Amino acid sequence: MTRPKILEVENLSISYQTESGLVKAVRRVSLDIRRQESFGLVGESGSGKSTLALGSIRYLAANGRISDGRINFMGEDITDYGLAKMSKLWGRHIGMVYQNPSLALNPSIRIGWQIAETAQIHRGLDKKAAWNEAIMTMAKVSMPEPEYVASLYPHQLSGGMLQRCVITMALLNNPSLLVMDEPTTALDVTTQAVVLDLVSKLKQEYDSAIFYITHDLAVVAQICDTIGVMYAGELLESGPTKTIFRDPRHPYTLSLIGSIPKFEEDHRKRSLSGIKGMIPSLRELPNGCVFSPRCFMADEECRRTAPTLEEIAPDRRSACPRWREMEERRKEMEKTKSYPAPMEQTAALAVDSLAKHYAPISGALRRGAGKALIKALNSVSVSVPKGCTLGIVGESGCGKTTLLRSITGLIEPTEGEVRLDDEPLAPKVTKRPRSILKKIQMVFQNPDASLNPNQTIAKCLERPLKIFTDLGKADRKKKILEILDSVNLPSTYYSRLPGELSGGEMQRVGIARAFAAEPDVILLDEPLSALDVSVQAALVNLLFELQVANNPSYLFISHDLAAVHHISDLIAVMYLGRVVEFGLAEAIFKPPFHPYTEALLSAIPNPDPDAVQTGIRLEGTVPSPSTIIKGCAFRSRCPRVYGPQCADEPPPMRMSAEDDRIFCHIPLEDLARVQTSPFHNASAR
Amino acid sequence: MLKYLARRLGFVLITLLVSSMIIFFSTQVLPGDVAQMILGRFARPEAVEALRVKLGLNEPIYVQYLTWLKNFVQGDWGLSLSTNNYPVAPMVWERLKNSFILAMAAFVIYVPGGILLGLWAALRRNKAADHIISVSSLSLIGLPEFVTGVILIAIFSLKLGWLPPSSSISPTATLPEILPKLVLPAITAALVSLAYITRMTRASTVEALYSDYVRTAYLKGLSPRQVLFRHVLRNALMPTVTVAAISIGWLMGGLVVTEALFSYPGLGRLLLFAIQRRDLPLIQATTLLMAAIFCLSNMLADIIYAWLNPKIRFQ
Repeated sequence: MTRPKILEVENLSISYQTESGLVKAVRRVSLDIRRQESFGLVGESGSGKSTLALGSIRYLAANGRISDGRINFMGEDITDYGLAKMSKLWGRHIGMVYQNPSLALNPSIRIGWQIAETAQIHRGLDKKAAWNEAIMTMAKVSMPEPEYVASLYPHQLSGGMLQRCVITMALLNNPSLLVMDEPTTALDVTTQAVVLDLVSKLKQEYDSAIFYITHDLAVVAQICDTIGVMYAGELLESGPTKTIFRDPRHPYTLSLIGSIPKFEEDHRKRSLSGIKGMIPSLRELPNGCVFSPRCFMADEECRRTAPTLEEIAPDRRSACPRWREMEERRKEMEKTKSYPAPMEQTAALAVDSLAKHYAPISGALRRGAGKALIKALNSVSVSVPKGCTLGIVGESGCGKTTLLRSITGLIEPTEGEVRLDDEPLAPKVTKRPRSILKKIQMVFQNPDASLNPNQTIAKCLERPLKIFTDLGKADRKKKILEILDSVNLPSTYYSRLPGELSGGEMQRVGIARAFAAEPDVILLDEPLSALDVSVQAALVNLLFELQVANNPSYLFISHDLAAVHHISDLIAVMYLGRVVEFGLAEAIFKPPFHPYTEALLSAIPNPDPDAVQTGIRLEGTVPSPSTIIKGCAFRSRCPRVYGPQCADEPPPMRMSAEDDRIFCHIPLEDLARVQTSPFHNASAR
Repeated sequence: MLKYLARRLGFVLITLLVSSMIIFFSTQVLPGDVAQMILGRFARPEAVEALRVKLGLNEPIYVQYLTWLKNFVQGDWGLSLSTNNYPVAPMVWERLKNSFILAMAAFVIYVPGGILLGLWAALRRNKAADHIISVSSLSLIGLPEFVTGVILIAIFSLKLGWLPPSSSISPTATLPEILPKLVLPAITAALVSLAYITRMTRASTVEALYSDYVRTAYLKGLSPRQVLFRHVLRNALMPTVTVAAISIGWLMGGLVVTEALFSYPGLGRLLLFAIQRRDLPLIQATTLLMAAIFCLSNMLADIIYAWLNPKIRFQ
């Protein structure tokens, strides 16, 4: 059973010499990766996971060095290897896959040559042989038309295809170790699913060991045999994936798992555990255990003595001396608070056949005529009742942001109208009276870009109060302190600047600003996606609390299906500027499904390692919004095309027994007969 | 690609047409009457009037413009007013040849020089060589030709006596005779562009060196030399090559000063001479020719960039 160790990292510490002193980015980390094994290194941003992964294959920035420990690669001690010696291993025995494939490839060299180069330099193949080898390997990673793709330049391919090319490049010389640094983070969820399938398949075909780095626990659960949880430069827990997920033995792992929204119906609209505070800066590490300032069970001893990673069972290690208490704590944590919405019938906000078409860009000497309109939105109709949450979900380019901007009036819709409390709104924001503007507020995706860096938090929160209320100066100050308290920020933040806050705190200010005007509707444009999992969870709880207290309606936009599922009462699924399915959240995620919804659900990696995923994968890419579509927009990628009507006629609306609207040619009875329910693991409990 | 070329060429023609209008009409508003100028201050009014009719000066201005343009395109660039009606065209072509020789001499100094200095600075980033190159190139950009030229003359001609201070050459001079006279004006004309290309190359090389694809190349197992030649240079020199092509146009402007300083018989000095004498046909011909060179060098830059950059090539 014991396979040979490919990579052995022992007590490794890596530090960077910076202008403000020595930064110890990785401290005393030990790990082994064996042949055919996939090791997942999980951690939030700033945990040092990339430094560890690249450092363990001796690739460090010029100011970085290994200050302690030993690295063994295939029985060779490579701790002191220089560039010349490592060059013989890199690309030959160590393959690398990067986070952003469009930047990782040289923009001015044909892809085939970039792949072939690896075989040329390491195996001395001539150009022709290396090219042929590249094409053969491309075919192995299920690349359609490898000869054609090889002749292209990187900008001509989509992200998913580019990532396959990078994987081909990494595998060309059949390496012993494959290092994958967030390989799917830059991709859409359906593309991610295809790439993850490929990695699983390659795991079986090649006998390489895989070192997989990610922030996404769900991805690790699906791909890796063993995982290590990293925090602030230290490994806090490691062990087989299944046991770690089922029985975490470190409070950080436990809180992290508790922070992910679970894809279970009875878990919906419940509080998440979250982790208070933020990851410490590597320059000012806390005394004692690094996690103690954020730990829910830390005591004096934890803050005094730094624990070490101890073996607690065969193959299991934890850095928490109180790991025995974890089982009880887990059960406690599973008791969560529920926030069901009062389902009213009256719509707070309704969008009726909204469309936005852009004229094609035309230069001075280029004729614009004859080119199709860019149709960003096509007759979108959705509505959200008072005090409820409408989640809008779709992949990049599906028109969800255009919809949001049309509702705010920042862009003028081509057709259709937006109604607030059944009153039609002026299409342009400049034509709307203040009383209306007050009722619709927005929270933006990037808190650090949407807050003025030169304005104090108080100034930022005072603005909506000044514009929308007639409070006096003293009252405004009182109100601001109240608002700060309601988003769980201390009153000392009153005179701080945004730059002094962490990402999560800034987003709290963003939410506070939206709530200051006491609006009826809050538009949330991917409010969580720039934040770490543990911070996301606390914000989800905050949004729940505020909704119960103030009863606003939320319009929550996200590409993260699990988050949308978790916080929404109603959900609209969008594809290419159209709503393909709209209904109650519990109905959307139950059959009958729209084929696109079904594919989306099947693409989401499940954080439960025992889950069996349905294998619906979408081929190709989303068509351009200027494509003229007569029939169904999803037809070109639909795995369940029904007949010629799909191409010729727009799909009819079908209403399920649970008021779920599905826009599809396939009759409801057939749609209900899905391959398998994505929830089979949940219902089995 | 062909379509792209045709479009660029179309733009050049339109630009030239517009410049010809600007040149023609702005020379018309210059003070003084052409006929009066030709015949001198004391000419009889009848004679002036007769010449006006002969030259078509009484026609409406757009007719004059169209006639001038028609003749110009056909190669009839008129007669020079200040040199006893000597035809303009051969005079201009002769001077253009001289300017071209000087420009080429400058070009072969500053393009390879700038690229090498820029690369050196980028590869030695934040070390002494980089600081010296960066600071001196920045100061050179700020110094106009008449300052650098005078300093060069003071050092190499007056003090050391290695090279002649004046570069007037006779039309029959042979190449070995010309060469030493070319060195100083060529260096003077090259310095600003040399500094510019150095800075450009340094910036784009540093950017390429820190890019993700260079990390990829290292982790493929390429040696630093292979990384530099196969992955860095191709992307780093793309903007530099473009700047080099555009710089031909700037060079024309710099030559006016340099040629005057060294009494070099080129197009720039001819233009200066024509302006001093109010020789309208000569001014029109030289400025339009310079505009054409400027436009063509810009077009060349666009084409080279498109050819080097696959993102544009495959549009």
